[in-house]
Amino acid sequence: MMSIQTSAVPAQRQQVTEPKQQQRFRPGRAGLALLGMVAIVWLLANLFLAFGYYPQWFGSKIVIAIVALIAGVGGAAVLFTFLNMFVEALPQRMSLSIIPYAFLLPALALVALVLLYPAVQTINYSFANSDSTAYIGLQNYQTIFTDSEFWASIVNNILWLLVVPAVTVAIGVVVAVLADKLSATGEKTAKSLIFLPMAISFVSATAIWGLIYAYDNPGSPQTGLLNAIWTSFGGQPQTWLTIETAKLNSLLLMVILIWLQAGFSMILLSAAIKGVPEDTIEAARIDGATEFQIFRKVVIPQVRGTMITVFVTVFILVLKIFDIVYVSTNGAYDTNVIANLFFNKLFAASEAGQASAIVVVLLVAVSPLIWFQIRHFREEESAG
Amino acid sequence: MSRSLMRDGRPRSFVAIITMVLLTILWTIPTIGLLVTSFRSRDEAAASGWWTALARPFTQDWTTANYVGVWTGSDMGNAFLNSIAVAVPATIIPIMFAAFAAYAFAFMSFPFKELFFLIIIGVLVVPIQVAFTPMLNLLGPNGLGVSGQYIGVWLLHTGFGMPLCIYTLRNYMTTLPRSVVESAKVDGCSHFQTFWRLIAPMSLPAIAAFATLQFLWVWNDLLIAKLFLKQENTTVIVQLQQLLGTQGQGQELLTAGAFITMLLPMIVFFSLQRFMVRGMTSGAVKG
Repeated sequence: MMSIQTSAVPAQRQQVTEPKQQQRFRPGRAGLALLGMVAIVWLLANLFLAFGYYPQWFGSKIVIAIVALIAGVGGAAVLFTFLNMFVEALPQRMSLSIIPYAFLLPALALVALVLLYPAVQTINYSFANSDSTAYIGLQNYQTIFTDSEFWASIVNNILWLLVVPAVTVAIGVVVAVLADKLSATGEKTAKSLIFLPMAISFVSATAIWGLIYAYDNPGSPQTGLLNAIWTSFGGQPQTWLTIETAKLNSLLLMVILIWLQAGFSMILLSAAIKGVPEDTIEAARIDGATEFQIFRKVVIPQVRGTMITVFVTVFILVLKIFDIVYVSTNGAYDTNVIANLFFNKLFAASEAGQASAIVVVLLVAVSPLIWFQIRHFREEESAG
Repeated sequence: MSRSLMRDGRPRSFVAIITMVLLTILWTIPTIGLLVTSFRSRDEAAASGWWTALARPFTQDWTTANYVGVWTGSDMGNAFLNSIAVAVPATIIPIMFAAFAAYAFAFMSFPFKELFFLIIIGVLVVPIQVAFTPMLNLLGPNGLGVSGQYIGVWLLHTGFGMPLCIYTLRNYMTTLPRSVVESAKVDGCSHFQTFWRLIAPMSLPAIAAFATLQFLWVWNDLLIAKLFLKQENTTVIVQLQQLLGTQGQGQELLTAGAFITMLLPMIVFFSLQRFMVRGMTSGAVKG
């Protein structure tokens, strides 16, 4: 066993705990560890490829899942053990400076493989043809920028971005504040039920709201809740998701997302509001402030940071909104959005080049947010 | 109940009670509508709104035929197995890799540490759509030739979940007392031993929190499953999406199918809600 020396370790300790031979390079051990690493990576790669090539070997899907789980977690543990063994066999000074990178390497390699490398490759493909076999310059960008569907999608996306994050934060604040005034049981129940849609997929949510927006011919009983209410006030039944006037159909789809995300917003804001020091509220109350003044002048300024966090998180989600539009209208009736346009270019039209160009536009759109997140993180680090 | 209301001398707020009751009903009605409709026959569901069935629960013909039909007829049973086979490994595997990285970020100092962590934060924002064309090529016939199999989806979910997992675990680990690591060091423990014996067990709440969120995200995902799994390996969510496309015949199966896709996430939600809340508050808000 080897101990780690840093300046934080008291000097007398170093004399006690450092047997001299452990500081030397042990090539045998290092070689063995290296061999172990190569072997485990080779074994895991082959096992996982075998799941792909010969699924019939394993009998059933559940067996595959269990073997993959054990191999994935166990293999990672063995890999880290060999990695650690290798680093510890190095001369001590070298070992100390390498070990952090050894801990980081597997995770960063995975991120690089599925996010960084593809990001570069996608930019590359955006200059290539529909099956990524030859470069065609800026033609993909020309095609998408002259496509009216692209601009309609951009307009819709901007509308989503203007409405959904703001409304989600607003509902979250209202619910969090009001729930705080309920009894403990009441608060718990109400929050649970409003939070519940977080567990529901976008596809199921669209199915759920499909029942609400359902249409039946005039004269027959309306099974859609919205049309039932509408006709009971004397209106004609409407096919709600085809109404482009005032972007009503897009707004109705946004309702689905707000319904899903309000719980997330409420949970974060509720935690923040409960963290507001009671004495600041008490002081305002003694000064004769009304409940609404306390809320606006005392509570809101102290939870502004969380409000921004929720806003940005939902904003990022909305930028990439896909499922709801895809399964409800697939972009028809002027409801298209960027991510759905991308999916149809890639999946239905097999236009990998244009699809890549659309992703690059999306990537450019989120890049200010990367900067924002980094700045936000730095502020929190220096504050905390 | 009234005692907890009085803890700071506040009167019972009727505005809050009424508004919250209304909001809660508003938020619950859509799901109840789905649940009720899923137990009605096609003719019944077409003849009247689901709320009328609730008004006369004893004369309504309740049926489980939709569930039987969707489970056997449209392959939802097979898809349910697929969803489990996709979601469980894709939830657990990233944790192993991320925990080591989080440990390095939380307790070690090394050159370029901040740069690496800023990359993780930046990658959190990158849309996953960037990965699709290159990964389809890499896993497809011109690459590894494993398209349509689980492995591609595990790989993608592991990679996509990694930044958030590192971020959440690192934020949690920085709240652990540093003296734990310091004294382990003094006792001659290597970082590897400190990780296994102390930090990993102490981080279990954060690990459970991330696992809950990742499970819901993987289970509920449409995009990756649709692009990277072949039909016989596909998940319940893709099955449901295909049901949504059908008009007329078989439409009554939709509600039952939707409820089947929600069943496991709901169980996870109600049993692990505590962890989920913690995951959200520690992932997005510091502390």
